[in-house]
Amino acid sequence: MQVPAQVEYEKATSVEHALALLARYGPQARILAGGHSLIPMMKLRLAQPEVLIDINGITDLCSINLTGAQLRMGTLTRHAQLLESAVAGEHFAILHDAERVIADPVVRNWGTIGGSLCQADPSEDLSAVFAALKGTMIIYGPDGAREVSAREFHTGPYETVVGPAEMLTEIRLPIRPGGGSAYQKVARRAGDWPVGAAGAAVWLAGDTITDVGIGLTAVGATHFVAAEAEDYLRGKRVTEQTLQQAGEIAAEHCRPVSDQRGPADYKQHLARELTNRVLRRAVARARGLAPGGVASGGVA
Amino acid sequence: MRVTMTVNGTEYSREVEPRLLLIHFLRDDLGLTGSHWGCDTSNCGACVVLLDETPVKSCTMLTPMAAGRRVTTVEGLGHGARLDPVQLGFQRCHGLQCGFCTPGMMLTARWLLDRNPQPTEADVREAISGQICRCTGYENIVRSVLWTARHEAGAGD
Repeated sequence: MQVPAQVEYEKATSVEHALALLARYGPQARILAGGHSLIPMMKLRLAQPEVLIDINGITDLCSINLTGAQLRMGTLTRHAQLLESAVAGEHFAILHDAERVIADPVVRNWGTIGGSLCQADPSEDLSAVFAALKGTMIIYGPDGAREVSAREFHTGPYETVVGPAEMLTEIRLPIRPGGGSAYQKVARRAGDWPVGAAGAAVWLAGDTITDVGIGLTAVGATHFVAAEAEDYLRGKRVTEQTLQQAGEIAAEHCRPVSDQRGPADYKQHLARELTNRVLRRAVARARGLAPGGVASGGVA
Repeated sequence: MRVTMTVNGTEYSREVEPRLLLIHFLRDDLGLTGSHWGCDTSNCGACVVLLDETPVKSCTMLTPMAAGRRVTTVEGLGHGARLDPVQLGFQRCHGLQCGFCTPGMMLTARWLLDRNPQPTEADVREAISGQICRCTGYENIVRSVLWTARHEAGAGD
């Protein structure tokens, strides 16, 4: 029987209230969102907070909306809510690609996007997605809000830049014309963590790649990013060969480890192949040649 | 701490430790043993209950997280003495063998059919993909849910 150790519990009614509780209880307090990462960690004593600050009642943090040229998602957005969001899928097909394969439908009903990001598992899907999309994280603390690039959010496995007196409140994605995006994951079974996964976002002017983001997860990519492959592609014309070469470069720079999900060389193979595939699909979507929106189901 | 929630239409108020998992609250404090406690790791789905209208894994939720909400367990699925059509479907199509996964399967099926009254076989398989039948009786579970969909649409057998 697995049960968490004794813990105190507070319900926060607003971001300000949550911050005040964090300040009062100090570093032994943890924010509780969906709990689908934290509660299993507590059962195993890998996390032993003294106080939980439940933010599930802060409904302001559950919204997905377009503000100017940004898609903004509250940290408490449930995975299922993001999967069902028409506006999210319309602008970033990668979000729906990824959410379709994160955990299972019942876990997605309650698990939150902010919780997944803050858990910072090195195999987490959205970390690669937001890295590919060059998102911005909004972190609130005693001195107000600060912005951190999604690419600088993680400081290591299970570690982020969010300080003990702070909380992640929002993720913002810039919307730029000419873009397309895609995500693919290889897992051992439905609902499992990836053996390897890749996400790509490309922006085209004619046949030229004006900008590109490539995110990788579970394969030991620094900050979940294939930076060298991005540098190689930027400014190049789209050809089968350039996209393939980008996959080669991405694989070359990641450092997967062998574990129960697969050997390192297989993961490296996945980094190469999946990078190539998501680039091809992202390009097709940017050109309007592949379905990617909600109406089409996003399966190209 | 004191926690109050509505379970199967009845309001309950109990003094609990905050760390108490919802599955144990339902089974041990309220005596509602229809929800099963399986893997403890949110993998098997035997503990699925509806929180408000949405299926969740109650082994991965603390009891106070459900405070002020409505919980439906398999005991609340039927309508008095009348079975829910999902239960009829499982009865009709032999949707259970040992019965351990059945409560969770039926609640997820109810949620699916309320949102999508005409699911495809793939929709059903996707909906229950986070729930494990150790008898591997998936064929009949899927058949049961599809039978229920036809039954609720007024079609015959």
